[in-house]
Amino acid sequence: MTLTAGQPMSQWPSTHRFVIPVAPGPERVTITIDGREVEAPNGELLIRAAQDHGTYIPRFCWHERMKPVGMCRMCLVEVDGLRGLQISCATPITDGMVVHTRSDAVKKVQDGMLELLLINHPLDCPVCDRGGECPLQDQTLAFGPGESRFVEEKRHFEKPIAISDLVLLDRERCIQCGRCTRFASEIVGDPLIDFGGRGGATEVITYPDEPFTSYFSGNVVQICPVGALTARPYRFAARPWDLASMETSCTACAVGCRGALESSSNRLVRLLGVDSEPVNHGWLCDKGRFGFEHVHSSERVRSPMVRKGTGAGGASSELVECSWPEALDAAAEGMRKALELHGSESIAVLGGARGTNEDAYVWARFAKGVLGTDNVDAQLGDGLPAEVVLGLRGATIADCDRAAAIVLLGPDLKEELPVLFLRVRRAAEDLDVPLIDVAARDHALTPYAGAAVRVTPGEEAVAAKKLVAAIGGAPSGDDTIDGAAGLLNGREGPIVVVLGRPSVAESADAVMQAAGELVALGDRARFLFALRRGNVRGALDLGLAPGFLPGRVSLADGREWFEQVWGSVPASAGLDAVGILTAARQGKIHALVLLGAEPIDDFPDRTLARDGLAGAGFVVAVGAFVSESTRHADVFLPVTLWGEQAGTTTNLEGRVQRVPQLVAPDGSPLPDWRVAAELAARLGSDFDLETVEEIQDEIARVAPAHAGIDSTLLRRARDGAVLPMVEHADELVLDAARIPLTDASWEPIHPSPLAASLPGDEPPTWNGGRDQPADEPAALPRVHVWSGRVESSSVPPRDAYALRLVAGRTLYDAGRAVAGSPSLHGPAPGATLLVNRADRERVGVPDGGEVRVTTNRGSLVVTVRADTGTPAGVVFLAFNQGGPGPSDLIDATAPVTDLRVETVR
Amino acid sequence: MAASETRIVTKLLRDRPDDSWTIEAALENGAYDALRKALTMTPEQIGEEHVKASGLRGRGGAGFGTGQKWSFLPDGVFPRYLAVNADEGEPSTFKDRMLIERDPHQLIEGIVITAYAIDCHEAFVYLRGEFALGAERLEQALADAYARGFAGPDILGSGFDLEIVLHRGAGAYVAGDETGLLESLEGERALPRIKPPFPAIQGLYAQPTVVNNVETLSTVPHIVQRGGDWYAGLGVNRSTGTRIFSVSGHVRRPGNYEVELGMSFRELIFDLAGGIRDGRELKFFVPGGASSPWLMPEHLDAPLDMDYVQNELKSMLGSGAVMVFDETTSPALVAWRLAKFFAHESCGKCTPCREGSGWIEKVLYRIAHDEGRPEDLDLLLDFGATIVPGLNAPFAQTTICALGPSTMSPVVSLERWFRAEILELCGVAPSSVGRAI
Repeated sequence: MTLTAGQPMSQWPSTHRFVIPVAPGPERVTITIDGREVEAPNGELLIRAAQDHGTYIPRFCWHERMKPVGMCRMCLVEVDGLRGLQISCATPITDGMVVHTRSDAVKKVQDGMLELLLINHPLDCPVCDRGGECPLQDQTLAFGPGESRFVEEKRHFEKPIAISDLVLLDRERCIQCGRCTRFASEIVGDPLIDFGGRGGATEVITYPDEPFTSYFSGNVVQICPVGALTARPYRFAARPWDLASMETSCTACAVGCRGALESSSNRLVRLLGVDSEPVNHGWLCDKGRFGFEHVHSSERVRSPMVRKGTGAGGASSELVECSWPEALDAAAEGMRKALELHGSESIAVLGGARGTNEDAYVWARFAKGVLGTDNVDAQLGDGLPAEVVLGLRGATIADCDRAAAIVLLGPDLKEELPVLFLRVRRAAEDLDVPLIDVAARDHALTPYAGAAVRVTPGEEAVAAKKLVAAIGGAPSGDDTIDGAAGLLNGREGPIVVVLGRPSVAESADAVMQAAGELVALGDRARFLFALRRGNVRGALDLGLAPGFLPGRVSLADGREWFEQVWGSVPASAGLDAVGILTAARQGKIHALVLLGAEPIDDFPDRTLARDGLAGAGFVVAVGAFVSESTRHADVFLPVTLWGEQAGTTTNLEGRVQRVPQLVAPDGSPLPDWRVAAELAARLGSDFDLETVEEIQDEIARVAPAHAGIDSTLLRRARDGAVLPMVEHADELVLDAARIPLTDASWEPIHPSPLAASLPGDEPPTWNGGRDQPADEPAALPRVHVWSGRVESSSVPPRDAYALRLVAGRTLYDAGRAVAGSPSLHGPAPGATLLVNRADRERVGVPDGGEVRVTTNRGSLVVTVRADTGTPAGVVFLAFNQGGPGPSDLIDATAPVTDLRVETVR
Repeated sequence: MAASETRIVTKLLRDRPDDSWTIEAALENGAYDALRKALTMTPEQIGEEHVKASGLRGRGGAGFGTGQKWSFLPDGVFPRYLAVNADEGEPSTFKDRMLIERDPHQLIEGIVITAYAIDCHEAFVYLRGEFALGAERLEQALADAYARGFAGPDILGSGFDLEIVLHRGAGAYVAGDETGLLESLEGERALPRIKPPFPAIQGLYAQPTVVNNVETLSTVPHIVQRGGDWYAGLGVNRSTGTRIFSVSGHVRRPGNYEVELGMSFRELIFDLAGGIRDGRELKFFVPGGASSPWLMPEHLDAPLDMDYVQNELKSMLGSGAVMVFDETTSPALVAWRLAKFFAHESCGKCTPCREGSGWIEKVLYRIAHDEGRPEDLDLLLDFGATIVPGLNAPFAQTTICALGPSTMSPVVSLERWFRAEILELCGVAPSSVGRAI
């Protein structure tokens, strides 16, 4: 990277790649710590080896997930044979090393170091958010002096100063450990904060005109060892000793980062990252961290509602609050009518990817087993067909670390799956895993890619085919692709393909065809699905997809089994979201359930979504907010949200983990699954499911991919369980003994089992799903495998006057989690058309000027900006920014979206 | 007989004071002859038979064996770099500045020979930002050297290429630390790096790097020209050759003096620098730059021998800057002024230096300005032991670089030699004051 004039200062190149040398030796070595012999891997950092064996060496700058920097000098220890004291954070252990962590010399220096750290610290602990969980407090208590001899004036700064809309900096409290600055540069690659000044005047700074607008800014607040960095949502919100805390999975996106959700007085106040090795390494994105606010939004629907009133087409009717029995009866009645008059196929369920697995399963059972419809889709036309997602060999997130290469063929991970972005970036930067970036335009991982293969939107399969051939040894003739294949030379391990929709302006067929080509890589290829919405994977796995039944079995394969366990299943495969909305527009859907879905905002084709909702006969909204999509519902059934309801979720790699209930909802919302069970009861089917554990046990019994993953196992499995268990049984960690050395939030919080083991419980083991209850004669059906065969469809060539649209998500958009969380309001970027400079000049509009973009669907006026990462012929427009946007231009039934750009007259 | 200078690296600039920095003057005085000779030798011959044999030790302050430093480069790892430490910033040190301003071709010749000897093709001169004249002259000299084939591609037809980049610093003392310098060269803040890895293994851009001082490199051509054994024959014990001492303070003739090592401080201060001015008495002197613990009149006959000064006198010759203070001087004021410098220049990376240097400065200020408290000196010594555990020379340190312990040098000096005076200044009655350690 070279420096160019006008480049933001934060992007000046940084060149550090140092490795602390490790002396050769046996794989495991024995060292003596304070007289006790312990065994640890050769070369492991001393501070870590000591910690793993129960000796806590105080520290401020060192963080397990970052490189040692040796700044705070708090972790000095004595090592026999070495002159002076050594920083244990940067000392690799060697065989026979003898270490003293509590000798007089060490204690003297620890005492002195803390005295020095405190001389300029304001000691405003009573009004500091960190008070009570502050490493500086805690370590002073344990290792420091009882008094200060500093009588001079302390350092003063204006405080606090806002370094972004979310984060405030108190430079007086700062102890200059560099955790925040290193996080920004080392972990994220957004060095928006750095140190300025020097010596005693050293301060954390932002660059001129560049606020700390990182998507990951909340992490620096969490890892700050003092109260120097605070986040607006939690400032003065609670004292840490008053917090209730439970480990959970974030559901802001499908990565499913582990976190510690904390509440005070029945209000969620904070989510802290939990260091889960397989998932998130302790990091969270800001949307996940602060998005809990929407749970307490005043816009929440707290009571059931039914439409009442008269007038043609219900013109003068409105939703009015009612009792649950009344609402449920009304909903059930509407469905019964549709069933009786128009049959199962006239009913459809859209959504379900925002709830828990238990919600998804009970809704699938209700829709498919009771209503008998297969018109069920948890994805809103912006994902991948379930047959692909459920039928390809999955990768785990951790597979990225040891991959031969990572092929990126999907959305901009930083915008859609931010913590997966961190993992992939780390693989590329720190672990030298080559990235092969197959995309229409540059994105956040492009700078780390070993090869950037540029494709025409809609024609991903062409590049995929060439890439597969080149990897197989047949040069494609395309230098970039052959270079990409060359990156794999001599590398072992799986080829991880991050597969998703790069743009909702092109149909899923393009990616599906590309996936079909990549299947030819054989066993080496493992797929990680970059899908939208928190529990989309769980919803698909549990049958909220057309053509599938719970446990990743196709309707055809699972028919016999589920007819036995449920009583009945749909007669034939149903419609996906596009099909449902199209059918609804044609008046063929007489009862439509919106299960947390808001198609008008979320579906790529707003015209179709509006027409579909208008054409649907009877609409039941099962959700938490009234929106343009749910406003016209006939019945509104309010449901609980994340934090208000227990269960499990499944992340994009297929990892099932528990989410607990921490707060009780205001009003009377019910869990989604209970709504489904109540409706089923009204239609004559008693599911006999009263608790989430009972649902989990039923899933474990009937869903083939989930066989054996019952409530007991889920309670015990530290990192959850990855589906299918056949491949991942070895990775199960049950009730691992771990003694947290500190529970302070600044340290990586280690995952812990949510519940202690129950007395008398047998330790659960996974039986491979082989033990069938004797009274269920039919064998579990096989889990679906996708052949990779796709009907090839052709993409029309782009005509010379048109530009092809890429419509992608941004982390901050007009979606519910952001809109309902005041702290996240600031940063939505808005709809700006990004074009290649040559195209912009051809249109003849300056940056910031307005243009009209038109497709056969619609037309809108947007501002335009030249973008070096967008090739000629392609334009980018962010999705769901509020107001008119790409969904007004996209035809969901067309393979691609070509638009004309004109000056505004 | 009065002692005299032994001019080797200062010969040309003393002989031709009006134009010593020009290529013409340099060539008339044999510049680049050593380079011609070096290019006929193998790199190993230069490194082993000459530089290592000469016993040359780094002139920047640490005194590490130059040939040995070169030999630490790992085999077969390329590219490797030479970084020239021209960031002379130690207070009262002004020898490198003279060499750069007045004999830049000698430095360039040393750079080219060294690069050849360590098989490197890119050298970076990190020049102290304030050296405006030095930058101008070095730039001109580099242009002349390139034009005449002493630098650049295919040097003197030998097939050896060397690119020399002149980089001006931005005014931080700590950039003179070799890893701070490398950080700064890379465009980062000049914060020293934790070691290992040492620069020889992973230095500039994480490649093997030799960092040498200006005076060290300026000496190399003479060693190559006249032989390592010749150089080793000069000096005393393991302090071979000559060194330039910058003598300043209360002397009649302050300035740079190049002398054979082994000469006494008395000869340097009294014979060469003319003794204490205005007929006053010597009170104390700083032997090797602001970082070195002070010495007293009773040490005047000690030899200028790096090991002797370190082991016997518990100080160091450091950068070769001798600051001389007469009887009118307040040691507390000197200590405070030095402490103020260190507090100002602490980079802020390590806690003890960042916080400690400021506190030391504050306490010394109060002592020097008659506001000291009886316990202040002991307070300084007590919290200072967090920066320099044990307070014994040679200093141990709890910081990454030597700036940390340097901050304690004035304090330790006060304790050693002026405890009674300081306690009296702090209001402790003379009768109750014990003898200094």
